[in-house]
Parts: sequence; structure tokens; C-alpha cells
Amino acid sequence: MKQEYTITVYTENQIGLINKLAIIFTRRKINIESLNTSPSEVEGIHRFTIVINETEDVVRKLSRQIEKLLDVLKVDFNTDDEIIWQEMALYKVAADVITEKVKVERLLREQGARAVVIRKDFIIFECTGQREEINNLIKTLEPYGLLEFVRSARIAIIKKSDGFHNKVKEFEYRVPSEALVENEFLDKNEGVFSM
Amino acid sequence: MTANSSPNIEIKPTATKQVTGSQALLDALIQEGVKTIFGYPGGAIMPVYDALYDYNDRLEHILVRHEQGAIHAAQGFARVSGKTGVVFATSGPGATNLVTGLADAMIDSTPVVCITGQVFAHLLGTDAFQETDVINITTPVTKWSYQVTNAEEIPHVLAKAFYIASTGRPGPVVIDITKNAQLQLFDYEGYQKCFHIRSYKPKPEVRPAYIAEAAAIINEAKRPFVIFGQGVILGNAEKEFQAFVEKGNFPAAWTILGMGAIPTDHELAVGMLGMHGNYGPNLLTNECDVLIAIGMRFDDRVTGRLDKYAKQAKIIHLDIDPAEIDKNVKSTVSVWGDCKETLPLLTKLIEKNDNKNWLQKFADCTIKETEKVIFPEQNPESETLTMAEVLKCINEITKGDAIIVSDVGQHQMVACRYAKLNNTRSNVTSGGLGTMGFALPAAIGAKYGAPDRQVIAIIGDGGFQMTLQELGTIMQANVNVKIIILNNQFLGMVRQWQELFHQNRYSFVNIKSPDYIKLAAAYNIDAKKVDQRAELKSTLEDILSHENPFLLEVMVGKENNVFPMVPQGRGVSEIILSKEEL
Repeated sequence: MKQEYTITVYTENQIGLINKLAIIFTRRKINIESLNTSPSEVEGIHRFTIVINETEDVVRKLSRQIEKLLDVLKVDFNTDDEIIWQEMALYKVAADVITEKVKVERLLREQGARAVVIRKDFIIFECTGQREEINNLIKTLEPYGLLEFVRSARIAIIKKSDGFHNKVKEFEYRVPSEALVENEFLDKNEGVFSM
Repeated sequence: MTANSSPNIEIKPTATKQVTGSQALLDALIQEGVKTIFGYPGGAIMPVYDALYDYNDRLEHILVRHEQGAIHAAQGFARVSGKTGVVFATSGPGATNLVTGLADAMIDSTPVVCITGQVFAHLLGTDAFQETDVINITTPVTKWSYQVTNAEEIPHVLAKAFYIASTGRPGPVVIDITKNAQLQLFDYEGYQKCFHIRSYKPKPEVRPAYIAEAAAIINEAKRPFVIFGQGVILGNAEKEFQAFVEKGNFPAAWTILGMGAIPTDHELAVGMLGMHGNYGPNLLTNECDVLIAIGMRFDDRVTGRLDKYAKQAKIIHLDIDPAEIDKNVKSTVSVWGDCKETLPLLTKLIEKNDNKNWLQKFADCTIKETEKVIFPEQNPESETLTMAEVLKCINEITKGDAIIVSDVGQHQMVACRYAKLNNTRSNVTSGGLGTMGFALPAAIGAKYGAPDRQVIAIIGDGGFQMTLQELGTIMQANVNVKIIILNNQFLGMVRQWQELFHQNRYSFVNIKSPDYIKLAAAYNIDAKKVDQRAELKSTLEDILSHENPFLLEVMVGKENNVFPMVPQGRGVSEIILSKEEL
């Protein structure tokens, strides 16, 4: 059964990685509903949040393909109830209409929105929440002429996850192999690649 | 760039010297043990070729006739030697000509490092002369790719490239170096090999619990069946694999790229899997109770229709690449890891078994296949020669010690069905991608990878015409390969399908050949044409002991088909032995 999955990808900060990620989806003709890239809790490590609508089997296979990418450290995938997620949206409306016809302060209270900019000609509202809440505000504002609307990608925190601080230590841990023992650079930390 | 320079560590001043990016590149190759480069110069890689002029004594450069030839040669080199093949090509068309070879190396897990020249960094994105976006073109067909715009990056990027290409599941790497970086002088502190990248785990950790679980299932099996792929060869685990199979007395069948991991005439080697594989291995896949898949990826040419594939069996899948586990066939137990590590652990836990009745079933299938297909193909009553009898003659002469390089099509299936191989790394063919034109350049590379071994390229008349310009490479470098063109005057495999599945509507499969003998003569290569049975063996004996390259054209039956066959869309047990069974 297809459902919404949120894929969290921890990566190195590398040029071109977004393309490498995107290719995994496009090759299989899978549409990305939402994609966000941001820093993570660990310095130097980036975090992609990708939302797709697929079956668990497909998502698992995709995740393994993503994890196989060289600059990817770790991939998790979760259903909506396993994560805390938010999106943000901005709404631009004509100032005269809205101030005349709507009780703005009530609207802000009820919808959990806030005004980011108030100008003579227009007002920009911001709403952060889940899809439903964001869509509600669209419905409310539409009758008054919604001039512009934009919604951000989803960002999500996995409820079960302990974050990446300890994980990254595991990734940096090197099991000494025979090849390493013979290597004259073995005892130099800079031999570890962090490019 | 933070490589090799942690702020907490005081770096002792070492003797540095100023070198160019090109010199650093060549030094890296030498430090990585590279001796042979296959390449083709051009504008954007000229500084590298200029530096190569001074490294002539340490690096051998083989000038090919087309960049595709360079990468296939590097693949052939890598496949027989286990070392990483190296390619030089220029920007633009030079780089795009590599794409087929990259895709081939990617799907067949072949370690190759390609160095492509690129326009000056300040010209990137300006549609400069011979500029293409090489990194983005090659991303889907490389294990890793990186563009260097600063010479200081070259030593660590090259170290990383060789580490990535050769470890874990091997694959091709493209390093695109802008011309300014090739020319740039910088303080060179020497070369350090790479042994660790934190975002790259070449080998998954072996989980002993899964080994125990797999062993328990195997020990309860009444009809265990081992199928193995190139993973055994790539992991240098041939001995471990043989010990495993021998202890359990398992019948073992190979995928096309796994062929030769144990000698093809080993008593437990029951033949090839797949569409044109042997009868028993296909049929009995659907009768075994435990299927042990080692270093193979359940390609659709192996499995046939998935919902009719080994449904009765418990499946144990050993693979180094976690992405292969459960990709096509759901496993009962998956053993992640390098089979060089996992196989001995598994061997320890399995019990000896004679599997007498079960092995007899394979033997019975072989008898049936021999009677209906193998014997008549190898000893035909027809006047025209068959591909199978050519292979039989080759086997009699080489005794199975040669490296067989095959192209793609009917002759490939016949070569892989009938060739006798005593040694590992002896079967070089384009398995996953099915690249026609692969064999001639790959044979050149194979000869450089194994100079002391006999290299025989078996090529169809279609595939040969795709890369025949590499005869020029053979001429110039006097590469001692034996080329055998099996000429049936058709694009045989497509013709076979048109005959069997498209009501004999032969659509553009009738291909004319040039006079190959004259063609070879133009390249100063000795050649001969054979169409009589009486001459076949003696001619083959002559050419295989010839001290120079040789081209032999063998005229074979025009409309012969390759059987057995698992028709597309059918299950493996629906394998047919003749057209009449269709």
C-alpha cells in the first residue's frame, strides 16, 4: 500500500550530491513530493528530508540505494506517525481588502498564524504547521484574494532517533586492517579522509 | 578542503617540491602500482600527456583508436588481473565516448579509474570548445565522480578514487580535471594512499547470528542448490568457495560472470544459469529446497519470471552490497559481507552431506541436454560449421587454460556454454549491459592484464564491426590476441528472436561484412578464413601457437539457434530444449 514516507538522509556537504540523490528517484520514475536540505546537529554534516508517496518495499529499496551513494552516511525512512514534522507557508494578501473585511487579530489567533510584514499595499502572513493547517489558512484567505502563496518543504525529526553525534563517531572509527598495519601513515590522524 | 590538515595536529615540515597537477597525477598512478594506461590525447588533457612524455619509462600508455576502446580495454585488464584499470581521455567527445564503458563497468562491478581532461575552470559553464558536463553525464553510471579545479586536490582525490574503485563492490570512478589544475604548480608533499572514508563502508559488518541461521537452514536441506556470481571472483574467494561447496557436496551453478570461479569441469559445477544456461540448473532451481545465492544479484536473465522463481525454496543470499539484498528476490536469510569472510564461517558450521540422489538429478538433466542439444551442436550432421564445434576445438587445444573474451549475442552464449575454463578470471564478457563491440578492446586489455596467458577473443560479425578500429591498436602495440570471428552473416541473437517470437519477420538483422582478411591485411595482422570442418582444428592449432596476433574468420551456419532457452516472460522451469517445445 502506498503511503507518505519521510526519508532522512545524513550526508557529507558535497557539490552535486543533490543530483546524485535526485537521479535515484527519477530513474525509477518516482515523484519527490518535497525535498529539504539543511545543516544537521553535527557540524559539517548535512541532512536531507525527502517526502515521497510509495510502498514500504519501494522505500526500503530506495533507501538502500541512497545509502550506497558515496557521500551518504545514513538513511532512515519513517511513516508520518513516527516523526514530528512541520512545513511553513507564506501568504500575501492585499492590505486594504483584508483589513476591511477580516478581523485580522482573530484570524491570526485561530489559525496560529502571524503577520511577517504589514505594509500599506499588502500583508504577508506566515503559518507553520502540518498540511491541514496550512491549507485551512488558504481556504480562509482565498475569498479575499490571495495574491501569492508558497509552502516550504517538510522538515522532520524522528521521534525514536538519538541524533547523529554518536553515530558519526562510529562512522569515523577505523577497524585496523592488515593493510593499515603495514602502512607508515597509520599513526597519523590526518590519514583519515574528510574531504 | 580539509584533507590531511587537521588544525590540532602539528604537521612537521617535510621536504616539499613544486610539481604540476599533471605530475602529481602521474605520481599518484605510480604510487598506486599502475603500469598501463589506455588512452587517447586531446586538447584539454594535453598537460597530462606532456608530463607523460617524461614518465615514459615508468608508465606504459596504449594508444587506442576510440575512447570506448580505452575503457573496454581497461575493463578487460581489470577483469583478468583484479587490478584497477586506468583510462585517459580528453574533455567533450573524449569523455562522452567513455559513457558506454562506464555503464558496462558499473553494472558488471569492474574497477576502473577514468581521468578526463576538462576545459579551464574559468570557462566551465560557458559552452567552451569541447566542454561537456562530464560529472553530470556520468553520475548515474559511476560509483563515484569528482571534478578537480585545483591541483592541490589531485593527490587525495586520486587516492580516494583508487580506494573507491577497488574496494567493496568495485566500480568505475571518473575524475574530471580542469586544464588549469593540470598546469598549476603547487607544493607537493607526497602521496598517501586512502584507507578510510567515513561515508563509505566497503564491507558491511558480518553478523554471526545470520551465519548461524543460514547454516541451520542449509543443514536441514534435502536439496540444497548453490548459485554463484562474480562476487566470488571479485572477493578473491575462489578457494573459500570451493571449500564450501565441497564440504556440503552442493551442486553449484554459475551466472555468466561467475563462470570459472571454480573449474568448469569440477564435479560439483553443474553449469550456467539463465536464459541460455544449462537445462539442469534452470529446471532444478524450482525443485531445490534451499537456494544459496553467493555474490550474484538475481538479474532478470537469470531468474526469468520472478513470480515463478524458486517459490518453493528458502533463499539464503550472501552479498557485499546491502542494496542487492531483497532487491529482486526476497531472501529468507541474508548474509551481508565479503564472501571471503562469510564463506569460511559458513563452511565451519555446515555438515557434510553426500546429496547423492539430488546430484543425480543434475546428472540426469545433463544427459538429456547432451543428447538433445550439446552433442548435436558439437558434432553436427550439417555441412555448415556450428559455433559449438569451434568452441569444442578450442577446448581441445587450450585444455581450458586460455582467457576467453566474448562479445555479445549468440556466440557469447555459445562461448559461455561450451568453453572449458580451469582458472578464475578467465571469462571476460559484457554481462549486465550486453555491450556489442566490447570484446576486441577488452581482449587487448586482457592481454596486458595477463601477458603470459593465451587470450582468445570470440566475436560475432555484428559486434566486431562496432569496434574494429581497435585493430589499429593491436597493430601498433603488437598485442598478441587471437581474434575469432564467428560469422553467421546475421545479427544472430536478434534474428533468433525474430524467428521464434516475431514469425520470421527478419527486420534489419541481415548484416554484410567487409572482407575481414583484407581488412586484417590492411592492419598488417595475419588472418585466415575457414568454412570447412576438415580445416578447422588444424587452423585453430596453427593460430593459437602463432607468435603474433591473428584474426580467424569462421563461417558458421546462418540460421542456427542457441538452445536451451528460457523464453522471456516464462519461469526458469519452463526452459525449452528446441524450437518445437515453444
